[in-house]
Amino acid sequence: MDFIGGKLLQVVIALAIFAAIIGIIMLVVDRAPKSVKDKVTVAGFLAPAGILMLVGLVYPAVRTSMLAFTDASGNGNGFDNFVWMFTQPEALTTLRNTVIWTVLVPLLSTSFGLAYAVFIDKARGEKVLKSLVFMPMAISFVGAGIIWKLVYDYRGPGLEQTGVINFLRDALGLDPKQFLLDAPENTIFLIVVMVWIQTGFAMVILSAAIKGVPVELIEAARLDGANAWQQFRNVTVPGIRGALVVVLTTITIATLKVFDIVRTMTAGNYDTSVVANEMYTQAFRAGEPGRGAALALILFLMVLPIVVYNARVLRKQREIH
Amino acid sequence: MMRRVKTKLTSKWATAAAIIIAVVWSVPTFGLFVTSFRPAAKQVGPRSNGWWNAFVDWDFTFKNYADVLTPAGSQSANLSQYFVNSVAIVIPVTIFVLVLASMAAYVFAWGKFKGRDALFIFVFALQIIPLQMALIPLLQFFTQTLHLPAGSYAQLWIAHTMFGLPLGIFLLHNFISEIPGEVIEAARVDGAGHSTIFWRIILPLSVPALASLAIFQFLWVWNDLLVALVFSGGTADVAPITQRLAEISGTRGARDYLNPAAAFVSIIIPLLVFFGLQRYFVRGLLSGGLKG
Repeated sequence: MDFIGGKLLQVVIALAIFAAIIGIIMLVVDRAPKSVKDKVTVAGFLAPAGILMLVGLVYPAVRTSMLAFTDASGNGNGFDNFVWMFTQPEALTTLRNTVIWTVLVPLLSTSFGLAYAVFIDKARGEKVLKSLVFMPMAISFVGAGIIWKLVYDYRGPGLEQTGVINFLRDALGLDPKQFLLDAPENTIFLIVVMVWIQTGFAMVILSAAIKGVPVELIEAARLDGANAWQQFRNVTVPGIRGALVVVLTTITIATLKVFDIVRTMTAGNYDTSVVANEMYTQAFRAGEPGRGAALALILFLMVLPIVVYNARVLRKQREIH
Repeated sequence: MMRRVKTKLTSKWATAAAIIIAVVWSVPTFGLFVTSFRPAAKQVGPRSNGWWNAFVDWDFTFKNYADVLTPAGSQSANLSQYFVNSVAIVIPVTIFVLVLASMAAYVFAWGKFKGRDALFIFVFALQIIPLQMALIPLLQFFTQTLHLPAGSYAQLWIAHTMFGLPLGIFLLHNFISEIPGEVIEAARVDGAGHSTIFWRIILPLSVPALASLAIFQFLWVWNDLLVALVFSGGTADVAPITQRLAEISGTRGARDYLNPAAAFVSIIIPLLVFFGLQRYFVRGLLSGGLKG
């Protein structure tokens, strides 16, 4: 166990350097002359985060955008990478899969999450029931990949099945299925994993929002003769609209970036690749950084409308305050 | 009143549906847990069968866990090394993000300067840059401009901190901006400077938001694979447990029976953090998104 010592030392040194930097900033802010004190404070408090974000996010985003218009050896090639993306069958499959992911995951996760939140609202053991569905949120995509490989496990017909689903198929007299190999439905079976992870997130947020809907409103609707579905449709859903938007936005962005699930379960083979995975493959495995960058740029463009929408909402909120 | 509303909404069908969802959502993890304690011969090969048979055979072992944790031969999973790496990566990153993000959030909430709101919305929008877009230029910057040594934690610490800041600033800003202005004004009248106000008033009052961001950041960095693949170099000196797990589960072979135990070792820390602190987790998420 002697390796721990060296690693611990590195951590301690890093924390010491960090503390020193912060200490110097605080010292400068406190000692600044009164006339410029406010300006120095703003600069000093913003600088570390600002510099890191400029170097780590803004500058790379600009560089990648430029890289998208170059070939494997770094020479400009106009829109060739984008032409490749929208003409090559494999690249088109990747784009198609990404669209399927982005439509199905937010829709299914939010629906299951909302249904579950409504069904267990004020039920006995609500906390435990919530934890069961929320738990996958804490599990890494890599871990989830291993868990679901076990669920989808396949043995040839006639052999004893070791995967839960093929065991059930067997019991029903159906032939076992290679869930991860048979295109195009294998994409759906990968999506199931993502829905399994994201439903808990949707459920927790929506459950909290449901508890915020005034009981009097529901009671009034009930006295007016509304049945359970009408109460839900006309009172609960409008009452949690804000939370629904947040949940859909967050899950959509997470889905567009999804990488690890595909990477660990099929590595993008058998027609299951998505943009984020293909970008990694092109840039780091196939030696085509230009194509990788072009795919990253497309990803950014797909997310852009969601940002614009949310930035608008944010601006409105800040004007009200 | 409450009683009657409740009985109206939760019918037998709803209860049945809830139970089905709960079962379907927990069975996969439970299956992994059971499998990780089954002997190799029961998991792979001609005498293998489904994990549910474990309750009939009643055949459990700790050998899988011993095998994945201890370094035995070059083929060994050697997870304990990678486990320590994950801890060594995640703790500094969480501290860096908490301190830097709360400093920036304080200025965005209470500082007065031109273009403050526009700059804040810009930072919010940074969340959307896909990591994939940042990786290649950042890797070049680290190795060619900064000459950071390959095979050290430094690249991972800095990269994770950069990527964690936009969400951190956003979440903390929502919380810090709701601290009553009178509290800060009173301190200023008493002669406290900005740094005193920040460390003595803002941070202690923001503990719930800080806790939730810490959990968020912890889970996110611990579970990351992409950033690790690009920056860690993949050696046992630096690479986190997720990367090792992806490696050993990616290669099919005679040692497949170790995957479930290895996966569970990687899952156990986030699960503990999560179950221990889930109250804060939820509260922090809510302060971030549901206002207005």
